[in-house]
Amino acid sequence: MQRFSGFGLIGQALGYQEKWHRMWRNPSPKSAYDVVIVGGGGHGLATAYYLANNFGVKKVAVLEKGFIGGGNTGRNTTIVRSNYLWDAAAKLYEHALQLWEGLSQELNYNVMFSQRGVLNLGHTLQDMRDIQRRVSANYLNGIDGEVLSTEEVQAKVPMMDCSSSRRYPVLGASWQPRAGVARHDAVAWGFARGADSLGVDIIQDCEVIGFEISSGKITGVNTRQFGTIGAERVGCVTAGNSGVMASYAGLQLPIESHPLQALVSEPIKPILDTVVMSNQVHGYVSQSDKGDLVIGAGIDSYNGYGQRGSFPTIEHTIEAIVELFPSFSRIPMNRQWGGIVDVCPDACPIISKTAIENLYFNCGWGTGGFKATPGSGHVFASSLAGKDMDPIAAPFSIDRFYTGALIDEHGAAGVAH
Amino acid sequence: MFLIFCPHCREYRSEEEFHYQGEAHLVRPQDPRSCSDEEWGNYLYFRTNPRGLHREMWSHSMGCGRFFNVVRNTETYEIKSTYLLEENSKDQKSKEIKSGNRTT
Repeated sequence: MQRFSGFGLIGQALGYQEKWHRMWRNPSPKSAYDVVIVGGGGHGLATAYYLANNFGVKKVAVLEKGFIGGGNTGRNTTIVRSNYLWDAAAKLYEHALQLWEGLSQELNYNVMFSQRGVLNLGHTLQDMRDIQRRVSANYLNGIDGEVLSTEEVQAKVPMMDCSSSRRYPVLGASWQPRAGVARHDAVAWGFARGADSLGVDIIQDCEVIGFEISSGKITGVNTRQFGTIGAERVGCVTAGNSGVMASYAGLQLPIESHPLQALVSEPIKPILDTVVMSNQVHGYVSQSDKGDLVIGAGIDSYNGYGQRGSFPTIEHTIEAIVELFPSFSRIPMNRQWGGIVDVCPDACPIISKTAIENLYFNCGWGTGGFKATPGSGHVFASSLAGKDMDPIAAPFSIDRFYTGALIDEHGAAGVAH
Repeated sequence: MFLIFCPHCREYRSEEEFHYQGEAHLVRPQDPRSCSDEEWGNYLYFRTNPRGLHREMWSHSMGCGRFFNVVRNTETYEIKSTYLLEENSKDQKSKEIKSGNRTT
C-alpha cells in the first residue's frame, strides 16, 4: 500500500501526479474463503478490515453487487454521535465513536471526521424532560453531554430562530460536543484500501443470488457472475436488501425496508458550524465543508426498494428546516436522493447468528447506521472470528424479538429515527 | 407521488390523503395466551418485506377514514390494484403464523 503523507503529496506534485497507485486491487474471486462478507458498504468493508487487522483472519472476501460505497454509505447525511438512551445502544455507538476518533490515523486515510458537536433540540416541556433524562443516562455510561438553555442554543447557532413566538419554540437542547460529521465516501474508500492492503479480496459487480447450505450449515454463496464461492462463515451486511438475502436462506427478519431521503442545497458561505437535529419538527441539518446544507428527516412511510422517495416527504422535511431556520427558505436545493433503510421495530440493529450455522446477519440499522460504521464492523468482525458473539453485540441478537428484551430506542434517543 | 384508488370512495386521490398501515393479511393468533414466544414474536415483528409485489394495508385517513388493501410493487412502486378488506380474503393466502421459519 502506498502510504499517504505530506511529503508524499509534495513528491507526487513534483512528479505531475502520475505516480499514484490504485487504492485497491480488482481481483477475481478464489474458490473459497474463511469468511465471505456479503455487501461492500461501509459496515461490510469495516468488518473485513477489522477481521484482517485485529482478528488475524486473512482469507476474507467482500462481495458487492454494485460498486463499493454505492448504497447507503454514499447516501446518508454523515452524522456521527453516541448519545443514545439505553445502555446496550449507548455502548455500541460509543464504541463506534471512539473508533471514529482515531480512524484517519489508523487507516492512513483522511475520513474528515469533524467533531463539531450535535444539538438535539427540545420544543416542549416533555422534550426537555426527555433530554434531561437522556443526558443523565449518557453520563452514567461515560458519554459526554450537556443540557443547554434557549440562550445557549441561540449563542451556538445564531442563524436559528429561537424566539418564543415560534409555533415550536426552542426551549433548549442536548449537546454532545464529541459528535460531528465525517466524509461518507472516504470511510468506504479508507476501509477498502486498508482491507485490500491486508489481503482482503474486494470483488465488485458480484451479486449473491443464493447460499449453499448443507445440513443446516453454510458452505458457500452462489453468485451471478462467478458461480459458487466456498465460505467457512458468511456475514450478510446488506442493509435495505437484508430481507431478500434472508429469504435466500429460508429465513425471515423482523425488518421492513423503507426509502429514506436526503437533500442538499447549493453551496453557500459558512452559516452553520454544528449539526442541528429536532425530533419534534422532525428534521436535521448541517453544512458540509463544501458549503451546501445537508438536510434529512424521516423515512417514507411505505415499504420500498426503489432508492427514491416521494415528494410529500421532501415537503415535510423542508417545512421542518424552515421552521427552525426561516432564512433558509430562499436557498435553492441542488440534489435529492433516496436510500433503502432496513428498519427494525425497536430502531436498533440486529447483529446476530441465525438458524443456519455460520451464517451471520448485521442489519436493521435503519436510519442511523452511518455513525456506527467502525463500531459495527469491529464487533461484527469479533463475532465472526470467535466462537461467541462480541459482548457489545450480544444484546442485539435476533432472539430479542422472542424474549421481549427489546432495546427501545424509537423516540427514546431524541432523534429523527 | 401515488394516485391511489380508494375502493370505498371509488375515486383516485393523492397519496397525502392516505396513511400506510403495513403488511396486509396478518392474522392475529386466535388465543394469544396459548401462543409460544416464537409464534407471538413472529406475529408481532416478523414481516415478509418482499422486493416485488407486496400486499399492504392503507387507510384513507383524510378522506373516508376507512381501511383497504393495496397490491403494490415495492421496486417500481406501481400500484397493481386496490381492494376492500373483505374481498379476496379467501383466495388471498392469509399469512399463517409459521413457526420454524425464523432465525435464532
